[in-house]
Amino acid sequence: MDRREFFKVSGGLSFAFAFPGAVEANTEKTLNAWVKIAPDGTVTIYSTGAEMGQGSMTSLPLILADEMDADWSKVKIEWAPADPTIYGYTFQNAKAMAIVGSRAVMLYYNDLRIAGAQVRKVLLSNAGEKWGVNPSSLRTEPGFVVDGAGKKMSYGEIASFAKVPSPLPAVEKGELKDKSQFRYIGKPMPRRDTPLKVNGSAKYAIDVDLPGMVYATARHTPVHGGTPESWNEAKVKSMRGVIGTVRLPDGVAVLADSLPHALAARQALEVKWNRGAAEGFDSEKNLSQDYVKVHADPGAKTQTLDSKGDAKSAFGSAAKTYKAEYFSDYGYHAQMEPLNAVARFSSSGDRVEVWEGTQDPGSSRAAVAKAVGLAPEQVTIHQCYMGGGFGRRTLGDYAAEAARISKEAKRPVKLVWTREEDLGYGMFRPQAFQCLQSALDKDGKVSGWTHCVVGDGGVLLQTGIRIPYYQVPNQHIESRGVSHGIRLKHWRGVGHVFNVYAIESFVDEMAAAERMDPLQFRFERMNISQRARACFEKVAQMSDWKAPRPQGRALGVSISERSGSLGAGVAEISLDRASGKITVHKAWLAVDGGLIVQPEMARANVESGILYGLSSVLHERVTMKDGVVQQTNFHDYHVLRMSDLPEVMEVAFVERDAPPSGLGEIGNPWVAAEVANAFYKLTGKRLYHMPFTPARVQQVLKT
Amino acid sequence: MTAFTLNGKPVTAKAAADTPLLWVIRDELKLTGTKYGCGIAQCGACTVHIDGKAVRACVTPLGSVKDSQVVTIEGLSPNSSHPLQKAWIAEEVPQCGYCQSGQIMKAAELLKSTPKPSREQIVSHMNGNICRCGTYHRIIAAIQRASKEA
Repeated sequence: MDRREFFKVSGGLSFAFAFPGAVEANTEKTLNAWVKIAPDGTVTIYSTGAEMGQGSMTSLPLILADEMDADWSKVKIEWAPADPTIYGYTFQNAKAMAIVGSRAVMLYYNDLRIAGAQVRKVLLSNAGEKWGVNPSSLRTEPGFVVDGAGKKMSYGEIASFAKVPSPLPAVEKGELKDKSQFRYIGKPMPRRDTPLKVNGSAKYAIDVDLPGMVYATARHTPVHGGTPESWNEAKVKSMRGVIGTVRLPDGVAVLADSLPHALAARQALEVKWNRGAAEGFDSEKNLSQDYVKVHADPGAKTQTLDSKGDAKSAFGSAAKTYKAEYFSDYGYHAQMEPLNAVARFSSSGDRVEVWEGTQDPGSSRAAVAKAVGLAPEQVTIHQCYMGGGFGRRTLGDYAAEAARISKEAKRPVKLVWTREEDLGYGMFRPQAFQCLQSALDKDGKVSGWTHCVVGDGGVLLQTGIRIPYYQVPNQHIESRGVSHGIRLKHWRGVGHVFNVYAIESFVDEMAAAERMDPLQFRFERMNISQRARACFEKVAQMSDWKAPRPQGRALGVSISERSGSLGAGVAEISLDRASGKITVHKAWLAVDGGLIVQPEMARANVESGILYGLSSVLHERVTMKDGVVQQTNFHDYHVLRMSDLPEVMEVAFVERDAPPSGLGEIGNPWVAAEVANAFYKLTGKRLYHMPFTPARVQQVLKT
Repeated sequence: MTAFTLNGKPVTAKAAADTPLLWVIRDELKLTGTKYGCGIAQCGACTVHIDGKAVRACVTPLGSVKDSQVVTIEGLSPNSSHPLQKAWIAEEVPQCGYCQSGQIMKAAELLKSTPKPSREQIVSHMNGNICRCGTYHRIIAAIQRASKEA
């Protein structure tokens, strides 16, 4: 069918719709940019919910389906094309498809409801015209328009004759369903990807197989920022199955007839590297010495992140002051699927297709286009399931690399990074040093608050450092930048992980010094917000906060905020003093996430956050010596295993009449402080350096 | 040329005998449910059964499976009807799903030898399989469900 596409902005959402010259029988009808309906009633909805485990691939189309009253059993989900001008949400005045910051449902919620309501409106008006009645006398049931006498016409039937008006009808907010009318939103619905993930049929980019495809892997500069000078090409080229090598801006790719042949060639590759920006960098020494110096330097360049009242005078008139310092190490995403992509050029070379699991198809398209000298419109991104993302997969860097190699190889290429490459050439959650100070007035209330974070990564360093849940009257919050040339990236909440650790450890330290219960201290001395208090009260009830614990066990509590959500948690821990191993036995988390679109997926996502957090707190650290990452694979970069699983893990949602807010990253930032706070209760000692590995805990116990 | 049985069918693989079985299954024999995670037997994403035992395909040379029975996730049941697959759906275990083929294959080995495992037995058997999404508690629940319903 020949389709001319038009674009129109309506209610903050762009629509593309099609004008078929003549409607052919048995073809799908495009209702708007998001929805096609086939005569057999199959409703195809585009999903922008890049699927890395969180469930958005299902939950986003489900919002639309609810508002258009689709029969969910007849809904087919397809990935939306990589075109943010049509399929992007609006964030900070720009259109983007990036599934980041746990914002997918939050930012698409209104747009998808409007799109669904619009489709419903078109269906109603077409049915009304057919029956010769006013559409306002009609209603809908899943998959049908129904008249006052109960006569029904299916959506499929309507689609076969429907005229799609131009422009599409506008939808007012008042025309959207009332919460009480929701059929799918708020009800637990099964994920669409689950059946494919128990029998091996879910397709990840690494599973893509094209005719004539060859295989590539790469070795990147061991020192971030380095470039390849020369390498032993002749030797590598003589190896079994090797086709050749390709120079990359930051490494060397080897191309072979099979992946094992490429991997063997990578092993044999000897590269002479030009020096990189991270040359000589020693992460541990740098953190413990240079970061502290930057904080002490009155002339250091400072960025003010939040300022309220007059912190200086609050400290000047304080009855008491507190101060503490915290350190945290680099963290690695360790998504289970090592980075990979498949690229294929058209025979004329003016189009390229890329298969990739990406959190941001729009930026991937742009990165690929730039790497191979094409316009974004000449790039087609085929979205795939992602074996984890956690913030690593938003740049399309590895997709661009695959395209670059394919262009040189002049054939389809599957590029697979080894786990060693994925880690050694990772993009990390930055390490940080923090200093917090507080002033208490004569009534013991926290009247002044300062927080300085030192590290690399700009905004990555700064998320989660503000404390909207504590309305301390005088605050000064700042960051001080350093730079090492280490590649850094978002990482499930990123700055929240260390900032919330410091904030909530510090609050606990004040409470202990004031000889108060940590909850009571927050309620009486921190000018806590009502929402935060409700979360704490809920989790106190869930954990039976005041009840005595078994010998050798203790509770810790903390809170975090992320993408509009709040989560207050309690954990019960024990400690093996000989080995320094901390065990978390129970974890409870009360989350205020506004309207919960999919309760079961939301719960799973938050549980995942808790365990991701626990993993980072107990085990995970990346270190660099002489500019080179010291860890190489899962034997020396430890992540949480089943034996670390708490016996009890409970997540509850605090009810509040508000639109949905982010849930993917509310589960992990609170974990560090609650473990450290429980540790204090057990031992009388504070943990000032994250992660709390057994070796580090042993050291703390000796002091 | 190495001949073995894959999911009940005789196959012959052309790759050299020292090629890791993982790549032979995925790229030569085109069954991609078995995943690459680490390449050094640390994560379990590549777990398959060789003569009934759960084995890491990433460190298993093709030559070593000559005349053996190899079963991958695709061969565990013809239609996702294995009690573990049904339990995995009922407990909504998978998130990103990438490790789950390996988890299910490892769990299937356990249920064969220990039809009614305790939580401790499950944890000790499954501890070598990493799930980065943290679905461990649901994996335990699904194994327990399957052990009851089998």
